[in-house]
Amino acid sequence: MKNNKKAKNDIILVAVILLIAAIGLLLVNITRQDGAFASVKIDGEETARYSLSDNNTVEILTGDNGEYSNTLVIENGRAYISEANCPDKICAGHKPVCYKGETIVCLPHKVVIEIVSDSSDSGLDAVG
Amino acid sequence: MNTKVKRTALLGMVTSVALVLAYLEAILPPVSTAVPGIKMGLPNLAIIFVLYRFGFKDAAVVSALRLFIVALLFGNVMTLAYSTAGAVLSLTLMGILKKTDKFSTVGVSVTGAVMHNLGQILVAVFLFETVQLGYYMIILSVTGSIAGVLIGISAGILLRRTEKLKI
Repeated sequence: MKNNKKAKNDIILVAVILLIAAIGLLLVNITRQDGAFASVKIDGEETARYSLSDNNTVEILTGDNGEYSNTLVIENGRAYISEANCPDKICAGHKPVCYKGETIVCLPHKVVIEIVSDSSDSGLDAVG
Repeated sequence: MNTKVKRTALLGMVTSVALVLAYLEAILPPVSTAVPGIKMGLPNLAIIFVLYRFGFKDAAVVSALRLFIVALLFGNVMTLAYSTAGAVLSLTLMGILKKTDKFSTVGVSVTGAVMHNLGQILVAVFLFETVQLGYYMIILSVTGSIAGVLIGISAGILLRRTEKLKI
């Protein structure tokens, strides 16, 4: 195929990808809702939920002997990780989250903080 | 010189180039700490070169070697799972796109970049059972497209400059 035709196809391809991303972003913004609770998941299992309306500081300990730590801070209706002893510190650099569905992920410690709207998850077994 | 020996030697050299590029990328400061995963995808330059000059099979071998050695040197089993998913999806789609002969290296590279991000996000969604990670994918597909265009242009230049290379 001719090179200029290929270049045209390249542009269409990039445009389609960006269009899909734009639609996704629009959907996210339209469906965005304020969250009320910060859910803590360790290795996919929810372990705790904290209300965003109460200022709070929690140390999340993971690993076999609790040697991994992430400090979750809830302040003025927003949640963020203030300190972590993971190697990359990506979670600690994440901006505070407050909208439903927003997440802060610490890949090395398998910890996920997710903003939710309810105090309990109906899909979750009533444990602890 | 024996063609097979020459091919093997060249592929070995390209593999080491891919490793150096991966290392270079690893020591560069992250573009954004808020959205992990934004990167140039420099090693893809080497992979695209092999894909065009040697073919899909050799590209798969170089890619697999790169994944394994990078995991051994700088990573762990977890990072291997992420990079493997990204690389398999990326290389497969790049191979298909190249075969259609409808796109230049730019289109192939952009697809590779976005698919690499998608593969890693899919693993993260699977591991964390959190579909919300999909939000990241929106940002990553934009940054991936930009990185993909730059790598694609570079790959195009590289391939034109090495046209006389007998393999």
